[in-house]
Amino acid sequence: MKPWHAAFLTLLLLAGCKREQRQYRLDPAIAESLDRVEVLPVGINGRPPRVITITGDPYRTNAYQLSQGKRLYAGFNCQGCHADGGGGTGPALMNGWWRYGPDAVSIFLSIRDGRPNGMPAFRDRMTPEQIWQLTGYIQSLGATRASGAAPSRNDAMQTRPAENRAPAMSRLPSPYEGGP
Amino acid sequence: MRRLLPLLSAGLLAGCTGWQSALAPRGPVADDLHGLFWLFTITCALVWLAVMLVLLAALLRRPPDGKARQERAMQHSARAIGGAVAATVVIVAGLTVASFLATRSISAHAEDALVIRLRGYQWWWEATYADPRPDQNFITANEIHVPTGRLVRIELAAADVIHSFWVPNLSGKQDMIPGRANSLAFTARKPGTYRAQCAEFCGLQHAHMALHVVAEPPEAFERWRTAQVAEAARPHGPEEDEGRRILESKACGACHTVRGTQAAGNLGPDLTHVGSRQFIAAGMLPTTRGSLAAWVADPQSIKPGSNMPMVPLTADELQAVSAYLTRLR
Repeated sequence: MKPWHAAFLTLLLLAGCKREQRQYRLDPAIAESLDRVEVLPVGINGRPPRVITITGDPYRTNAYQLSQGKRLYAGFNCQGCHADGGGGTGPALMNGWWRYGPDAVSIFLSIRDGRPNGMPAFRDRMTPEQIWQLTGYIQSLGATRASGAAPSRNDAMQTRPAENRAPAMSRLPSPYEGGP
Repeated sequence: MRRLLPLLSAGLLAGCTGWQSALAPRGPVADDLHGLFWLFTITCALVWLAVMLVLLAALLRRPPDGKARQERAMQHSARAIGGAVAATVVIVAGLTVASFLATRSISAHAEDALVIRLRGYQWWWEATYADPRPDQNFITANEIHVPTGRLVRIELAAADVIHSFWVPNLSGKQDMIPGRANSLAFTARKPGTYRAQCAEFCGLQHAHMALHVVAEPPEAFERWRTAQVAEAARPHGPEEDEGRRILESKACGACHTVRGTQAAGNLGPDLTHVGSRQFIAAGMLPTTRGSLAAWVADPQSIKPGSNMPMVPLTADELQAVSAYLTRLR
């Protein structure tokens, strides 16, 4: 191997060392548009704000956004009802059964507007950006496919597999297994 | 450059006398550490000077000629090496003992010590004044007051990552480690405001994680403590009323506590008496109505990465919130 070959290869390798971009500040107009979801009349399923799709779904693919979601999950005491995702007073978030649909918009609406029988509305407690961060984290809890992005790990023990050991579940439950 | 050099070094030295300098001790613990610093510096400088002189002598000396003289020189150097080893042992042992004696006062304890529990967050400080009388407890943030002449014991903890507490004018440095209880003691001799800085890299805004220690005479401290125990000031006038309503009904109250209102979150700093502190956002900006409004309007431009979100408010709402926050003295 000639020296310039080695130099070229090193440069090529270095090009791979791209650090994940963290977006701390949203343009106010974009932040506002994050609240505009198009939803079916039944209140389940719909289309997320276009800006999320255009920017490459950061709330599912960006480790910083997932970490913020994880922080909010603990900070707003989601554990109080949903435990580490295994469920308690509230339903589980990682067994593949979703009372109001598994898609991002359904989860976003569950958090923002609340759901009957106990799920409170967090509309006036979090900003839309924070609700999307939490949504992304909750989707990663019940993920069936490995992802390139994971939130930072816990220092203490938790009752679910570590998020960076994705996926939490190998497959979705089949209808014959029965639900909770 | 030659003319600039004295100016530059004078400028650097001026940095050693300020409100955040170990070379301007303002308490007995800091005195001990200051003495230790000079003991180490002067001893090491003298040793270095001696080694350099011996080296210079060895370089300049002509090698001895003749076998007998060479043997005598060998005996000489054996004695010199033996002496140097002995001196090293004595100096290192002496410095170790001095260091032990000087740093003992950091973990001092007294019956009447004022106990403050300090918890590090990314990137601010939560201070709990733990009084034996439960109704005299209170929580504040980013600014602590201590009485002069009384031992203060700081119990250190961390909420997320490792931080480190260091008020150079008053005491040594101690890490704040999640899941581990550390503590540190100091006494402030003179009234004044001293700046502490997180001394362990803790993330993006590590450099903007400052704490202010206000040392004041016991009577003034007692007045401050009584004011801090009290509930938040009542709003005056319709604008401040509106500000309080917004703080309670919007996302502010989910993370911040203002005692005496419905805002009772515990993710961010306690704002009950935010207007009485000298700085906001852990030493970022001096507390004025303008800086409070700027911080609420766009925290991520002032302190990128901090966990304070940009809560959408109209211009009128922002006016009202900043008026109310200024009232919280």
